[in-house]
Amino acid sequence: MTDLHLWLIPLVPVAGFLVNGLFGRKFPKALVTTVAIIAAAVPMLQVADIALRFSSLAKPYIESHGTWIAAGALHANFAFQLDQLSMVMLCVVTGVGFLIHVYSIGYMAHEEGYWRFFAYMNLFLFFMLVLVLSANFLLMFVGWEGVGLASYLLIGFYYTRDSAANAGKKAFLYNRVGDVGFLLAMFLLIAHFGTLNFADVFAAIGANPSLHGGILTVIGLLLLLGACGKSAQIPLYVWLPDAMEGPTPVSALIHAATMVTAGVYMIARAHIIYDRSATALLAVAAIGTATAFFAATMGMMQTDIKRVLAYSTVSQLGYMFLGCGVAAYSAGIFHLVTHAFFKALLFLAAGSVIHALGGEQDMRVMGGLRRKIPVTFWTMTAAVFAISGFPPLCGFVSKDEILYQAFVSPTPAGKVLWAIGLFTAGLTSFYMFRLWYMTFFGESRAVAHEEEAAIHARHDTKLAIEAEHTHPVHESPKSMLVPMIILAILCVIAGAMGWPEGLGGNNWISHFLAPAVSGAHLQYEQARVAIATGAVHAAGENQSPAPAKNLEIILAVLSTLVALSGWYVAHLMYYKRRDLPARLTARFRAVYALIFNKYWVDEIYGALVIAPVLFIARWVLAALVDRGVIDGGGLLAGYTAQGFGSLAARIQSGNIRAYAGWLAACAALLLVAVYFGWTTHFGIH
Amino acid sequence: MLNESILTLITFVPALGAAVVFLLPRRGRVIPAFALLVTLVTFVLSLHLPWHYDYAQRGFQFAVNVPWIAHPAIHYHLGIDGLSLWLVLLTTFLGPIGVLVSWRAIEHRTKEFYSLFLLQQTAMIGVFVALDLFLYYAFWELSLVPMAILIAMFGRRRGPRAALKFFVYTFLPSALLLVAILWLYAQTGTFDFVQLQARLASGGFASGALWWVSLAFLVAFAVKVPVFPLHGWLADVIEEAPTAMAMVVAGKLGLYSLFRFNLGLFPAQARELAPLLVAVGVIGLLYGALVALAQTDVRRVVAYAILSNLSFCTIGIFCFSLSGLNGAVYQTINEGLSGGAILVLIAFLYERYGSFDMTQYGGLASRLPMLCTLWVVTTLALVGLPLMNGFVGEFLVLSGSFPVHPGWIAAATIGVILSAAYMLWMAQRIFYGQQSLLVSERPHLDLGLREHLTLWPMAILMIVMGLASPFWMKAIDPAMSSLANHPAATPLAAPATATSMPEPLPQGGAR
Repeated sequence: MTDLHLWLIPLVPVAGFLVNGLFGRKFPKALVTTVAIIAAAVPMLQVADIALRFSSLAKPYIESHGTWIAAGALHANFAFQLDQLSMVMLCVVTGVGFLIHVYSIGYMAHEEGYWRFFAYMNLFLFFMLVLVLSANFLLMFVGWEGVGLASYLLIGFYYTRDSAANAGKKAFLYNRVGDVGFLLAMFLLIAHFGTLNFADVFAAIGANPSLHGGILTVIGLLLLLGACGKSAQIPLYVWLPDAMEGPTPVSALIHAATMVTAGVYMIARAHIIYDRSATALLAVAAIGTATAFFAATMGMMQTDIKRVLAYSTVSQLGYMFLGCGVAAYSAGIFHLVTHAFFKALLFLAAGSVIHALGGEQDMRVMGGLRRKIPVTFWTMTAAVFAISGFPPLCGFVSKDEILYQAFVSPTPAGKVLWAIGLFTAGLTSFYMFRLWYMTFFGESRAVAHEEEAAIHARHDTKLAIEAEHTHPVHESPKSMLVPMIILAILCVIAGAMGWPEGLGGNNWISHFLAPAVSGAHLQYEQARVAIATGAVHAAGENQSPAPAKNLEIILAVLSTLVALSGWYVAHLMYYKRRDLPARLTARFRAVYALIFNKYWVDEIYGALVIAPVLFIARWVLAALVDRGVIDGGGLLAGYTAQGFGSLAARIQSGNIRAYAGWLAACAALLLVAVYFGWTTHFGIH
Repeated sequence: MLNESILTLITFVPALGAAVVFLLPRRGRVIPAFALLVTLVTFVLSLHLPWHYDYAQRGFQFAVNVPWIAHPAIHYHLGIDGLSLWLVLLTTFLGPIGVLVSWRAIEHRTKEFYSLFLLQQTAMIGVFVALDLFLYYAFWELSLVPMAILIAMFGRRRGPRAALKFFVYTFLPSALLLVAILWLYAQTGTFDFVQLQARLASGGFASGALWWVSLAFLVAFAVKVPVFPLHGWLADVIEEAPTAMAMVVAGKLGLYSLFRFNLGLFPAQARELAPLLVAVGVIGLLYGALVALAQTDVRRVVAYAILSNLSFCTIGIFCFSLSGLNGAVYQTINEGLSGGAILVLIAFLYERYGSFDMTQYGGLASRLPMLCTLWVVTTLALVGLPLMNGFVGEFLVLSGSFPVHPGWIAAATIGVILSAAYMLWMAQRIFYGQQSLLVSERPHLDLGLREHLTLWPMAILMIVMGLASPFWMKAIDPAMSSLANHPAATPLAAPATATSMPEPLPQGGAR
C-alpha cells in the first residue's frame, strides 16, 4: 500500500461544510445540494477505491501530517491510520453517510435552513471520519468532541423550539460528562507511557507482559465512561431519546448508524488495554447488557415512533458493548455494521412514514399504512425482521454471534449475560413488531385522532411547519426511497459477511478484523478462540469440532424461537386482540407506570445532581460567598479608602489631576517610608 | 538597527498618539479614526517581532539597555523572550479591535477616552517589554491609572464604584510590590531583571525576608489576574467598564508578571507556595464556573467565565511541568482573545438591544445569523472544543499538571462540563427559542462592515491557534523550559517500557 492520501477523506467534507456554511445562504437549493452530495460522495468513492485495493495488512498504515500539539513530553501529530478496523468503519460511515445525504434531499426539501442542514451534515462527516481515521487518542478526541458539536447543532436544528434547543444542550452536556473520562484516561496515558499514539501505547503494553490490571483497569474504566457518554449507555444514555428532536435523517445517521457507535469503536480500538484488565472488560459487558435490557423495556412503552427507535438504538448499542465486553470485538463491530444498516433503514422508513403523514410521529394515530406506502412498508419490514433476529437477515447473524460469544466466554458471568441478552432479544422482537403493527396494520386511525394530532402539531417535528396544508397520505420521492431500498437489500444480504462457521459459513468479517482486534493477550481469550474457531482448526488438534458446532446451532435455534415468541406476543396484543394492552396496563399499573415513566431516571438525575448543583451555585456560592464574603471584603476595603479622603467623589468628578496627585503622594510616601524604615527594620545596610 | 529600536517604537507610538489626540479637533470621527490608525501602525510594527525573532536562541531579544538615571541605577532596559513576544502581539492585535468596538459606544469626551486608551496601550506593552524593575513598575502603575479613570468616566451607572473597587484592589497591593522592588534594590543595588535573577539564584539572602518579598510580588499579581479569592473587583469591573477596557483588564498583565517574576526571580519560594496555589486555582476554576451558571447578566457570566478560565493558568504555572507552563501561556493568550471576542459580541448586542439581561433575549438566531455564528464560534473556543485555541491551552495545562497533583486535576477536569453548561445556556437564552418582546420589537440589523472587521480577525485567529499551535509554541517552549521542573522530578513520569507500574492513582485530594 503506497500513498493512500487518507487526509483527503475528511478534508473533502470539511470543504463542503465551509462552502455551504459560508455562502450557502445565498446559494440556490440545487447548488447547496450539489456541494453537499459531492462532499459526501468523494470520500465514499475514495474509500471504495482503497477498499478494492485493500489486501491483508499486517501492520496499520500510518500517515502523518505535521505536529498539532507538542509541549514537554507530549507530541501529537495530525496522523491518520488505516487498518482493518478503520477500514470497516470508513465503509459504514461514508456508505451510510452518503445514502442518508441523498435521502435528505427529499426529506428536507421544504425545510427552512436547507443549506444549514447540509453544512452541518458535512461537518459531521468530517469529524466522524477524523474519529475513525486518527492514529492517536488526541486526534480521536477531536473527532469525538466534534461529532458531539455536529450532533448539538443538528439536534437543535429547529432551534426556535425550546425542546429542540434543550435536547441539543442536554446531549452536549451528557457527552461532556463522558469526555471527562476520556480526558482523564489520556492524562494517565501521557503520565505512564509518555505518548498518545495508538501504535506506541499498545506496543508499550504489548512489550510488557507483566502489566495487568492496575493502571490499565483505571484507564479502561475511564475510557468506558467516555464510551458511555457517546454511545448512550447507562448511566449516561438519557440524552439519546431527547435527541430525536433533530430531523429524522440526523437521527438515522448520527444517532443510530455512526456517531453513537463511536464508543464501541473506541473500545475495540483500545482492546489491548481491555484485554489486560478483566475488571474493565467485565464492566463493559455488564453495562452493555444492563443497558440492552433496560432500554428494551423502555422501548416497549413508547408511543412516538422515533423514540421507540431511539431506545432500540440504546439497547442495540448495549449488545455491541456486550460483544466487546466478552472480548469478542469483531462480533461487536459486526453488529455495529449490521445495526448501521437496519437501524438507519428503520429511521429512514420512519421518516418516510412521518413524511407521508405530514409530520405525525405518534404511532397511536397511525395504522393501516401498509397499502398506502408499500415501498416504505416493505423496506421497513426487512429492517424489522433483521433487528428482531430472524435468520438469515443480518441482525440475526450479528446478534447471535454476540450471544454465542457471551455463552462460550470463560468469564464466570458469561452465561448470565447470555441469558439476559437472549431475553432482551425477545423484548426487541416484541417492540419492533408492536411498531410494525401499529404503523402499518389495522385501520387508519388518523381521522379519528385528528383532534389529538392537532394538539401534537405544536410539539412535533415537521407537523408544525406542514400543518397548514394537509397532505393526503403519499409515498415519498425517489431520492428517499432509493437509499431505503439499498439499505433493505443490505439488511438481507449483509449477514453473509459474518455467517458463523458453526452454521456452515466462514465468518469472513471476524477473520478480516482479526489482525486489528485480536491479540490473544488474555489467557481466556485463547480459550475463546479455541472454542470459536474449533471447527476450522480442529483438524490439526485433538479437539472435536462437534460440540462447538452443535452448540452454535442450538443457540441459534433458541434465539430464533425467542424472536418468534416476541413476534407472536406483539401479534396477539397489537393485531388480534387490541384490547389486551389496555387490560394489561390496568392489571400491572405499578410496573407500567415505572416503565412508562422511564424509571424516572431523568427526574432522579435532576433531583440528585442538577438541582443541588444549581442550588449551590445560586444560593451558596453566588449569593452567600461571592456577594457576601468576597464582595463584602471588597466593600470594606472600599469604605476604608473612602475614609482616606473622599476619593470616590474625586474620581466621580473626573478630576484626573487630583487622582494623579493622590497616586503620586501615596507612592512617594511609601517610597520614603520603605527606603528608610522597612529596610532597616529587616536589618539591612 | 531597527531591531534595537523596534520595542521602543512599539511601546511609545501609542503614547505619542495619545498626545496628538489632544491636538485633534472633536469633529466627526476624526479622533477614533486617528486612534485606529495609531493602533494599526503599532500592530504592523509589532509584526516585525515574530518575523525577526530568533526561535533557536534563548534569552531576551531586540534588547536595548542604556543607563537612564545614574543614582539610583535605573536603566532603560527593554527586551522580549518567547513569553512576552506573544503577549506584546496580543496587546497590539487587540488595540485596533478596542478602537473599533468603542467606535459607536463612545460618543462623548472622545478626546479623553482615546488618549487614555492609547496611553493604556503603551503601559501594557511597557509592562511586557521592560526588563528594569523600576521601569516595569512605572508601566505597571501606568496601566492601572488610565484603566481606573476610563472605568469611572465611561462606565455605566455604577462605573465610579467599580473604578474605586478596581483601584483599591489593585493599587494597594501594588504599593506593597513597590516596597518589595525597593527592598531588592537595597539588597542588590540593581533594578535590572537579568542581573537580579543571577544574584538571587546565587543565594546569600535571608530566606525569611525573601519569602516576604516574593509574597508581595505574588499578591500584587494574583489580585490583578485575578486569582480566587482575590477576584472581588472583577465582575463589577467587567460589568461596568467600557468594552475596550473590560477586554484587557484581566489576565495577561498579572499572569505575565507571575511568570516573569515569581517564577523567574523566586523559583524556590514559588514552589513552596505551589500546592496552595494549585488548590486555589482548582477551586477558582470550579467556583467561577458555578457562579457563572447562576448569573443572568451576560457580562457577569463572562466575568466569572474569565475567572474560571484564568484559573487554568494558575494551575499550569504552579505545577511547574513544562507542558503545563506552555499551556498556561497559551491559555493566557486564549483568554485575551476569546474572552475579548465574547465581550465584543456582547457590546454589539447591547448596541442593538440595550440590555445585558439574557432573560430579556430569545430567538435572535434567525434575526442576526452572522452574529449568532460568531457567537457560537467564540463559545466553542471558550468551552475548549478541539481544533480551537482553548483546547490546546486547557489540555496542556491539565495533562501536564496531572502527574503532579492527580486528585486536584481530576477535580478541575469537571470544569469542562460546567463551562459548556453556562456557555451553551447563555447562547440558548439569547439566540434560540421564540423571539422575545425585546427582540421582536426592534429592527434587526445583522453585523455591519465595522463589526465584521472587528470580529473576523479574532474568530480566524481562534481557529488558527487551535490548528497550528507549534507556531506559537516554538517561542514559548524555550522560554518556559528554564522555569519548569526537570522532568525527572515529576513523580509519575515513567519511561514507556517501564517494567513495574505505580499503583492506581488516588481519585481525590492532593498528594
